[in-house]
Amino acid sequence: MIKFLIKGLIRDKSRSRLPIIVVTIGVALTVLMHAYITGFMGDTVEMNAKFTNGHVKVMTSAYAENMSQLPNDLALLEAGKHLEELRRRYPDFEWTARIQFGGLVDVPDSIGETRSQGPAIGIGVDLLSANTGEPERLNLKKSLVKGNLPVRPGEILLSDAFATKLQVVPGDRITLIGSTMNGSMAMHNFVVSGTVSFGIELLDRGTLVADVEDVRLALDMPDAAGELLGYSAGGFYDDDHTLAMADDFNASYKDSDDAYAPVMKGLSQQGNMGMYVQMSKVWSAYISLVFVFAMSLVLWNAGLLGGLRRYGEIGIRLAMGEEKGHVYRTMIYESVFIGLAGSLTGTALGLFFAWLIQTYGIDISGMMKGASVMMPTTIRARITPMDFYLGFIPGLISTVTGTMLSGIGIYKRQTAMLFKELEA
Amino acid sequence: MEINTMITIRNLEKRFPVGKDEFIALRDINLVFGAGEFAGLIGPSGSGKTTLLNILGSLDVPSSGEAVVLGYSIGNLNAKQAAKLRKEKLGFIFQSYNLLAVHTVFENVEFPLLLLNIPKDERNRMVMDALEWVGLTGKVRSKPPQLSGGECQRVAIARAMVKKPSLVLADEPTANLDAANSHHILKTMETLNRELKTTFIFATHDDKVISYLRRKIFLLDGRVDKDEVISAR
Repeated sequence: MIKFLIKGLIRDKSRSRLPIIVVTIGVALTVLMHAYITGFMGDTVEMNAKFTNGHVKVMTSAYAENMSQLPNDLALLEAGKHLEELRRRYPDFEWTARIQFGGLVDVPDSIGETRSQGPAIGIGVDLLSANTGEPERLNLKKSLVKGNLPVRPGEILLSDAFATKLQVVPGDRITLIGSTMNGSMAMHNFVVSGTVSFGIELLDRGTLVADVEDVRLALDMPDAAGELLGYSAGGFYDDDHTLAMADDFNASYKDSDDAYAPVMKGLSQQGNMGMYVQMSKVWSAYISLVFVFAMSLVLWNAGLLGGLRRYGEIGIRLAMGEEKGHVYRTMIYESVFIGLAGSLTGTALGLFFAWLIQTYGIDISGMMKGASVMMPTTIRARITPMDFYLGFIPGLISTVTGTMLSGIGIYKRQTAMLFKELEA
Repeated sequence: MEINTMITIRNLEKRFPVGKDEFIALRDINLVFGAGEFAGLIGPSGSGKTTLLNILGSLDVPSSGEAVVLGYSIGNLNAKQAAKLRKEKLGFIFQSYNLLAVHTVFENVEFPLLLLNIPKDERNRMVMDALEWVGLTGKVRSKPPQLSGGECQRVAIARAMVKKPSLVLADEPTANLDAANSHHILKTMETLNRELKTTFIFATHDDKVISYLRRKIFLLDGRVDKDEVISAR
């Protein structure tokens, strides 16, 4: 009997191949859409984490209160000692010192007169120490447009658009004019080693990237750092985990009334990033839910129609003496098979396309011109564990539910009408 | 006579609700069918012949009175028992063949035997026997869409006969066939009736079928109008 049913299932393309194709497409779209939304939302969060916020950030309490003003006069002293302690307490995070600063870039001509000038924001990052992960984290190598990365003290990177505006090429000297940690005027010369384009409109307008030791020297901040950033070893931001870690760290200093005592803040506790993280979670869940629901309806109907289409065949089987319960069960088994086959194929297909988008990305730089938020110009999907089972909700559950509902017709069906129906 | 009685119908009545009223499809039916009969329920549309066939086939139950088929009182059977009766003792032939299109001729005829869990070797032999009765051994691997209407109905007859049921119920079996095919089908069924002693009951208003019947039960407005036995055939 089972062989008979399997033969029927395989030979009747509209009962096997077509439903499997429909389920496969539905599941693949669900998986792909979820990975895409997760990646899109997560990319923006990660981008902010890499350039400014870290997954967690340690700074002085006073600095934290005025964080948006980048108050380096409130920077953390003995940064090296703090970094060591953080590495010891939280070894599953990578820790690094950063100094964010603002200033004016002056480009002198051959006789030292100002040739061009422009305001800039700068980041002091660890570029030169052994085993530093910063150039990779900021994707500096791939972002390089001209020249090369700094390899010795005194070298600096400029965003390519800014360099073009200032008419600067690698090898030129520039002067950074800013203020020291103590509030006095700072002037420091750098050699431009190269230009970079991050693909982030906000950064590409006017950014400097220099080694943190050079920035310390320029701004008179020996062993100080505005911020100590922590990045989870897995590379992805986990809000719950980082907030718990911040609570743990801050508990050590809860009784301190020192304005310069360190404080740790998770990414979602910094500025409006909390709102963005929440929004990205909610929207990601909402969009995925709507899509899963829509796909569920489609596949539910496919299951329903598949059952109704077989009304005649089921009528014959009932007339031949097959019990209703047996007919119903075989229909369910078939839909489980179709749902499983379609869900497995669809999940594999969806993951494949998601992997392609995760690896190669979709370039949206054309749409990002003039953007004032830090968003990536390449959208990438992000495959999460959920993508491995999410598709089974519409693929398996909805297909089987649709069949179960249409199968109820078997129980409700009056056998007395069989002759009449089968004559139709 | 009692030993050969297959069906006993006593004071049978069948009513259907129509809005707040009731439509009486069958009333005061009293009939007895013996083994090996080749009988027909004849009448115009709405005369109640299909309703009576449904009751005899355990597809419906009487509203009152009694129909005893092969010792089973139809009104007292639950769905499972009715399905068992159909599976083991009854064969059905439909006007539009109702073959399973994706299955071969062999598999269509084999299906009732699968429900009965008959072993493979015996099943194969029974299917081939049935196909031989209807002259279709050469079409074993063909599928219904590849067959003519007459051939399809012969497959349906083989399917109904393969388990050698005691009773075959045929509802307008020639309605979709031309005259030549109708006669071919009817001769096949007549031969099977003679050789296997299977009882055939038809619901029909086709003269070609009527001409083959050995018993003609005329129904009019849900009542038996006339019950003729032709012994000469």
